Amino acid sequence: MKFKSKTALTIIGFIAGIVNGLCGGGTILVPSLVFLSKVKDHRAHATAIAVILPLTIISSFIYVKSGIIDVNTTLKVTIGSITGAYIGSKLLNKLPINILRKLFGIFMIIAAIRMVI
Amino acid sequence: MVEVLIGIAAGIIGGMGIGGGTILIPGIVFLLKIEQQTAQSINLLSFIPAAALAVFIHNKNKNIEKSILVPLIVSGMVGAVIGAVIAVRLNPSLLKKLFSGFLFIMGLYEIFSKKH
Repeated sequence: MKFKSKTALTIIGFIAGIVNGLCGGGTILVPSLVFLSKVKDHRAHATAIAVILPLTIISSFIYVKSGIIDVNTTLKVTIGSITGAYIGSKLLNKLPINILRKLFGIFMIIAAIRMVI
Repeated sequence: MVEVLIGIAAGIIGGMGIGGGTILIPGIVFLLKIEQQTAQSINLLSFIPAAALAVFIHNKNKNIEKSILVPLIVSGMVGAVIGAVIAVRLNPSLLKKLFSGFLFIMGLYEIFSKKH
């Protein structure tokens, strides 16, 4: 648990924030918490959402203020995302750790490729 | 209807803390022919209520490590603003390539790592 120090967490949060502001997503938060701070996988995934939520509110504010908004599509997508989030949140605890890591690894690689194309 | 389906798929992945935006943004761009920047806005806005619900459920399941939230959120907010400034003012392509390489390696590590 030695990396649970405030300094390590502050650095992890800072880097995750930069990546989030640069290209969105807090994908690096989860492995940082799991492999550096020794947080258990499922808890790291759940905690990452709680960290990314306030960052997303700030980013959204910047987008809306710049007039980049599509209310109609956003509402339709949100109906789906709330439904999906309910399913996903209930599902997380049921996923064995090896499946969770493989699924997450695949999504990280997709995110990595998306970042450069 | 396509909008709702994209939302459900991204919500499931996002609700598990895996990163719903990874499928939501390309889904919107390619299936709905909406431009990238607007897709990013839709991604961010639709994530807020979905994430709030997810946090509520994960908290009920005692899955949130509350002791580490404050330092992560405070420094994360500072980083987010700096990241946004870099994205607007500089050409972040080198930084993006670096992070991309890092993500790629971490992705492989997640897939092949042994649980402890």
